[in-house]
Amino acid sequence: MIEIQKLSKRFNNNLVLNELSLNVQTGQTCVIIGRSGCGKSVLLKHIVGLLIPDSGKVLVEGKDVAGLKELELVALRAKISMVFQGGALFDSMDVSENVGFSLLEHTQMSKKEITARVEESLSLVGLGGIGNLMPSELSGGMKKRVALARAICIRPGIILYDEPTTGVVPITADSINTLIRSLHDKLKVTSLVVTHDMKSAYHIADKIAMMYKGRIILEGAPKQIQEAHDPVVHQFINGLSKGPITEAVGIVK
Amino acid sequence: MIFTLLFIDLGRKVLSFMYFFGGLASLSIQTVYQTFKPPYKFDHIIEQSKKAGYDSLPIVSVVSLFIGFIFALQFGYFMQRIGSEMYIASLVALAIVRELGPVITALIVAGRVGAANTAELGSMQVTEQIDALETLATNPVKYLVVPRFVALSIMLPLLTLFANIIGIIGSYFICVVKLGITSNMYMNMTFSALLYKDLFTGLFKAWIFGMVIALVSCYEGFNVAGGAVGVGRATTRSVVFSFLMIIAADCLFTALFYFIFP
Repeated sequence: MIEIQKLSKRFNNNLVLNELSLNVQTGQTCVIIGRSGCGKSVLLKHIVGLLIPDSGKVLVEGKDVAGLKELELVALRAKISMVFQGGALFDSMDVSENVGFSLLEHTQMSKKEITARVEESLSLVGLGGIGNLMPSELSGGMKKRVALARAICIRPGIILYDEPTTGVVPITADSINTLIRSLHDKLKVTSLVVTHDMKSAYHIADKIAMMYKGRIILEGAPKQIQEAHDPVVHQFINGLSKGPITEAVGIVK
Repeated sequence: MIFTLLFIDLGRKVLSFMYFFGGLASLSIQTVYQTFKPPYKFDHIIEQSKKAGYDSLPIVSVVSLFIGFIFALQFGYFMQRIGSEMYIASLVALAIVRELGPVITALIVAGRVGAANTAELGSMQVTEQIDALETLATNPVKYLVVPRFVALSIMLPLLTLFANIIGIIGSYFICVVKLGITSNMYMNMTFSALLYKDLFTGLFKAWIFGMVIALVSCYEGFNVAGGAVGVGRATTRSVVFSFLMIIAADCLFTALFYFIFP
């Protein structure tokens, strides 16, 4: 379970997270929507301990992430995987080495076992047999799927996805959504997905939370979000150019 | 008004300078701690040693040979005028072993290896690969900085030793072929002038320079912001700061050794 309690974060004069609170139950897929640059990725980085909050807490399995000692944080990170927006594959390693990185570094598994697990993970994302390719030889969609394979290779309890379908063609986006859903069903992982792709959000979410001005302004099941009367949520989910979001940032006057 | 603006600008520069040294000190402490903490990544250290040491041999050889030629000719110009050509060998040997070998090698390595380190780590930073390493429960300082730090602190003294030998060979060539000094005389004058402390102080400085290059280049790489432009800017800063710190450290240790080993 992930509990975010009154989380605040400021970069220089920009208050990115403003006492944000959110709970994600074990086994749930929660999708956070919001306009670009609203702090969704910053929120994910707090959950995995890449950023330290100015105030508030992030509790993962009841432990305050910011208060963990080095070894405790390493142990926690071994249970959480994060899929980065651009994949963040290591360019100096081939696909197999990327996917099996954690197993090689942090487990006593034999090379044979690691190879089998890597191939299994790659097959799960529909990319079996490409282990020898380098990241530079992959398309954008393939990179995202390899990143997904790397995330599931350690059999995590929690997976954080940062814009998993951004920048890929609709067919690939749909296959990534199906994959996230099937991973949720097969591996029973808790997922937190950050996106501004509403089609993707409706496809994969158990719960959708709308982030605006550093806070969660509305959360609920996909159907509840679709039927919401809040003008900010309405503008965002319908992709309207006029409304409170664009007026607030001065795009439309 | 102009003075106020100048004062503000100066203040910003001082703060930025202090921020740089604070960050560098923090990275240095973490690096030393992680260096001695198991597990040890010997395969990574060997890989980085090859890049920093073996791959730098051609450029270090060429530059050291030319430095040997140049110094023999320059000293020869004056020593011939006062009839003391036989001392050229001693002067060149002392200048190369105590000063030119370590400094020139460090400047070459800072330009070649330090810049590459910053560009590589900077690219990893902007593509979130360093964040990915952390989320994969791997300490980036242990994984990326320690192998470079250990490799450079071992390889720079070795490269310097190599540069010293090549530089002296360059000078030997000019003295024997051009200035008419006999081979035996050259060798005698070289080895009679050199003491163990000359070699030790030179290699000690090279060891310090190696650590400086590794830490500055990795620090700049880790702190890249702003995409490809940021990587370019950080690479320039890395080379400039490494050069400055090498010369400053050289000045400090030369003065220190002057008083410790007079």
